[in-house]
Amino acid sequence: MPSLDDLRKRITSVKSTQKITKAMKMVAAAKLRKAQENAEKGRPYSEKMNNIILNLSAGVSDPQSAPKLLVGTGKEDVHLCVVLTSDRGLCGGFNSNIIKKAKNYFEKTQKEGKSLKIITVGSKGYDQLKRQYGNSIIENISFKESKNINYFDAAKVGNLIIEKFQNEEFDFCTIFFNKFKNVISQIPQAQQIIPLENENKDKDEKLDSSYEFEPDEDEILSNLLPKNISTQIFKAMLENSASEQGSRMTAMDNATRNAGDLVDKLTIQYNRSRQAAITKELIEIISGAESL
Amino acid sequence: MDQFNLEIISPEKSFLTKSDTEEVVIPAIEGYMGILKDHIPLISFLKPGIIDVKSKNEILNYYVDDGIVEFKDNTLSILTSNIFDLKEMDKNKVDKIVKDAEEDLKKENIKDHERYILDQKIEVLNSIKSN
Repeated sequence: MPSLDDLRKRITSVKSTQKITKAMKMVAAAKLRKAQENAEKGRPYSEKMNNIILNLSAGVSDPQSAPKLLVGTGKEDVHLCVVLTSDRGLCGGFNSNIIKKAKNYFEKTQKEGKSLKIITVGSKGYDQLKRQYGNSIIENISFKESKNINYFDAAKVGNLIIEKFQNEEFDFCTIFFNKFKNVISQIPQAQQIIPLENENKDKDEKLDSSYEFEPDEDEILSNLLPKNISTQIFKAMLENSASEQGSRMTAMDNATRNAGDLVDKLTIQYNRSRQAAITKELIEIISGAESL
Repeated sequence: MDQFNLEIISPEKSFLTKSDTEEVVIPAIEGYMGILKDHIPLISFLKPGIIDVKSKNEILNYYVDDGIVEFKDNTLSILTSNIFDLKEMDKNKVDKIVKDAEEDLKKENIKDHERYILDQKIEVLNSIKSN
């Protein structure tokens, strides 16, 4: 049985933790609104870009001459995985969900006997992966300094990927991130960006092939594809930041509630033991008086 | 005049959407290009230059650095990462971009294509300044 003093100390400490989590929840909620707005505003650009590329690639007649970024190198030996996580913790299952998804993929790839290269964006992902996959991690990028997510950062990652692709360091590239669905649910996603996967493959859409191109098709494609990679990464970063804030908000909300429950429980325990002490003293006095 | 839709989208947000556009002049990579309603489907790139958007009541002018243009089903989509309203551009900003471009031009290892783009950029910006 803890002493009264211990209980009192415990209650104060839980209360102050609750204050912190409550504040964090409110900060996350404020940031979430902005991040969500940004993510939603950024969607049209990446969708449009994808559409244009799909229209273009539908018009490519000869896969032999098509840019390699579109059709792949023809080999399947080396897989590059770009794992996008946050730089900060205390956001519930946000990072672990991405890592879990990525690890599944890693295991599958390694079972198939293919080699693996990993780029981590965000320090939390690096921390969680370095023990098991430390040898495969070729780059660890973190944007702790940039306050907001900007296209410039995404382009840096994109250019790095393209450079490595041109040096034939890998054949496949997949990015991992959390797609923001709503505040409570974020879905970890794996999206293949090299070679480009046609998401609407099943839809047998008749495409307008009567486009006028200026300059010619190949040149447009070879210019557009690298841009698209940066755009997809930018989109992933935006979705990620909205998801991170959403996840943190829920986690901190839970923590605040748990702290409240704990304070209630401790207070009851405190009151009971105080009462017990008083009763004990009274009994001692009474029995002392009786014995006289 | 017949009207068509225009959307200008930047990575961060949807910059402008209009449904009463009558004519748009864009700085396509191989020269300025005017677009009216019922233009045939088109995909092209932009070079640094000025976009003129004409609608019934107003004329808007924007400066762009680069971008992609698609015209389809009477909707003109312009994807660009760098776009400014000419009215909101002040002299200092223009000067800074020109300076950056001139500095890039001085580098020795740039390709002819890049040189062309940078030359264009400086020329356009200087013409903005003199107006």
